[in-house]
Amino acid sequence: MSAWRLEPRVSSSVPLNAAVTSVSVCMALVIGGALMSLMGVDPFEAYGEIIRGSLGGWYGLSETLVKAAPLTLTGLACLYSFKMMIWNIGAEGQLVAGALASAAVVRYFSVDSPAAMFAMMFAASAAAGGVWGAVPGFLKGRWNVNEIIATLMLNYIALYLMDFLLYGAWKDPMSMGFPMTAPFPETARLWRFGGSRLHSGIAIAAALSLLTWVIMRKTQWGFEIRVIGENPKAARYAGMSIMRNILLVMFVSGAIAGVCGFGEVAGLQGRLSRGFAVGYGFTGVIVAWLARLNPLAVPLVAFLMGMLLVGGDTLQVVMSLPLSSAQVIQGVILFSILGGEMFSKYRVRRAGASVHGAASERAE
Amino acid sequence: MDVLIPILAAAVRSGTPVLYATLGEILTERSGVMNLGLEGIMLVGAFAGFSVTQSTGSPCAGLAAAFAAGVLVTLVHAFLCITMGANQVVSGLALAMFGGGMSAMLGRAHVGRTIKGLSPFKLPVLGDVPVIGPVFFNHDAMVYASYALVALLAFFIFKTRPGMNLRAVGESPRASDAMGLPVVRIRYLYTLLGGGLAGIAGGYLSVVYTQMWVEGMTAGRGWIAVALVIFSIWHPMRAALGCYLFGGIDALQMRMQAAGTSVPAPILLMLPYLMTLAVLTFISIRKRQGILLGAPASLGSPFRREERE
Repeated sequence: MSAWRLEPRVSSSVPLNAAVTSVSVCMALVIGGALMSLMGVDPFEAYGEIIRGSLGGWYGLSETLVKAAPLTLTGLACLYSFKMMIWNIGAEGQLVAGALASAAVVRYFSVDSPAAMFAMMFAASAAAGGVWGAVPGFLKGRWNVNEIIATLMLNYIALYLMDFLLYGAWKDPMSMGFPMTAPFPETARLWRFGGSRLHSGIAIAAALSLLTWVIMRKTQWGFEIRVIGENPKAARYAGMSIMRNILLVMFVSGAIAGVCGFGEVAGLQGRLSRGFAVGYGFTGVIVAWLARLNPLAVPLVAFLMGMLLVGGDTLQVVMSLPLSSAQVIQGVILFSILGGEMFSKYRVRRAGASVHGAASERAE
Repeated sequence: MDVLIPILAAAVRSGTPVLYATLGEILTERSGVMNLGLEGIMLVGAFAGFSVTQSTGSPCAGLAAAFAAGVLVTLVHAFLCITMGANQVVSGLALAMFGGGMSAMLGRAHVGRTIKGLSPFKLPVLGDVPVIGPVFFNHDAMVYASYALVALLAFFIFKTRPGMNLRAVGESPRASDAMGLPVVRIRYLYTLLGGGLAGIAGGYLSVVYTQMWVEGMTAGRGWIAVALVIFSIWHPMRAALGCYLFGGIDALQMRMQAAGTSVPAPILLMLPYLMTLAVLTFISIRKRQGILLGAPASLGSPFRREERE
């Protein structure tokens, strides 16, 4: 038989996980580099350009943070559902739903007080995103409708709903045909740092990461989510309501994505325009998985992904690599992480050595 | 009737790429492996098909290249899920992302060019039957091939020994292994074959259906195919039904846009996705009532001989 065999590890440690993740990311960068050289681009120069573009100077750093904020939020959104082994791939649609709700508040309920505007837009976006997530959650809990497909279909539905509004009733008459709403009044904008595009969405993202950590580690609900994810049978036996938890988790997951949409339109864009959603919902999947569903690791991974996106923009300008190359590298990173996970779950042994190893383990 | 026939014929044409992908995914899932990367594989297939057709001038070579490209990218998924026992959902998503990015990156120089693909021809005798003839038998060769494939797979899966082995591996890899079936090899075979068919599905879109390359041109058809596998309860015949139903909505939607209805275009474009969601919900409700069969029992879970369940 084969010369190597796998033995399940009894326990896995944080240093081991961190080591495996780092090696996997390095692997991904090597594979990405190989792909770049195939396309006739010097990988060292490209990676150098990514680091210079995203970390070199205040502008690059602030742009990286501008992207890290929404990625943290979509990463957290995915984290809640993934913890329970519910595959919410619909953060993109939930984000759009949240942005639509914020724009609706500006259009129909605009008031003079910035604090009131903030509260209303925050609540509306969370509710809209939450409902957009709770619908597939309900379908999953009630009739076991596949949530992957349901959330994906709702992505397209949300995007076309946005098109419907932006090409129709909500279109700014001054936009010269571009599908966008009129600029939001200053009362409806998030606070921005100095002259940069950095906005207070980043504070919301940081606060929600901490809150998520507390929920997952210190509360009964977080415990239930973990148990249902790891062993639904045991959870049901212990009297936990699966239906209620799916609904709740999908609502919270969607609500966080919805708030992300609010941050993007009220913080960054200052209006709702077609194409404001640039795939943060999907990148959130990678962020959550790369962070190994650890809420405190999410902002860190989001920052790294932000670097990749900002660096990708630079590459596009400097080395005329298309933006899609960032997407390719994201895919490769996810592949390597998945491959690497085996090494944190199993120990690889030579077939000959394993007899002795197994015997000594038994002796212990 | 004169209004309906062109729409029904268009439904068949528009359902065909989805049908290839759905049939491929049925094979893959029957072996117990879930491949959610169809969207990415289709895009890679679409680009490979387009570029090879463009450089060789032969749509057949293009479609062969689409198949090969589909197999090649699926190899990554197969290795991670079958050999490494990775999470199939996440690996499939990674594949969808990778395929989308890769095809966009390679295809950026080709946007806007057109190629000459396959042309439709009327089948003798069958093509002259009223209604049925113009709807089903006045298409290109790949549509006819898809009819044959549906019948072939329905026979293969349910009436032959290799087909039975395939189902056995998907239901219980452990029992199949004990029976002496090469579980890993069978899973690789059907995962790669399914990927190849998804590649052809993409190739059909670029080489035959639109005869050009556009970034992200599958527009969610890969995901719809995954949904239609559930609709089909893993049966090729029902897959055909589901795909033509989807094709019908798509064709109707396009016709209504062309005719200039008062319904805004985004609402019409939303229809296929709404329909898919509605159909999926409906089928799940019926499944709950115990009327229909479920998925292959081992779908999504890796097999490792050394481990007990």
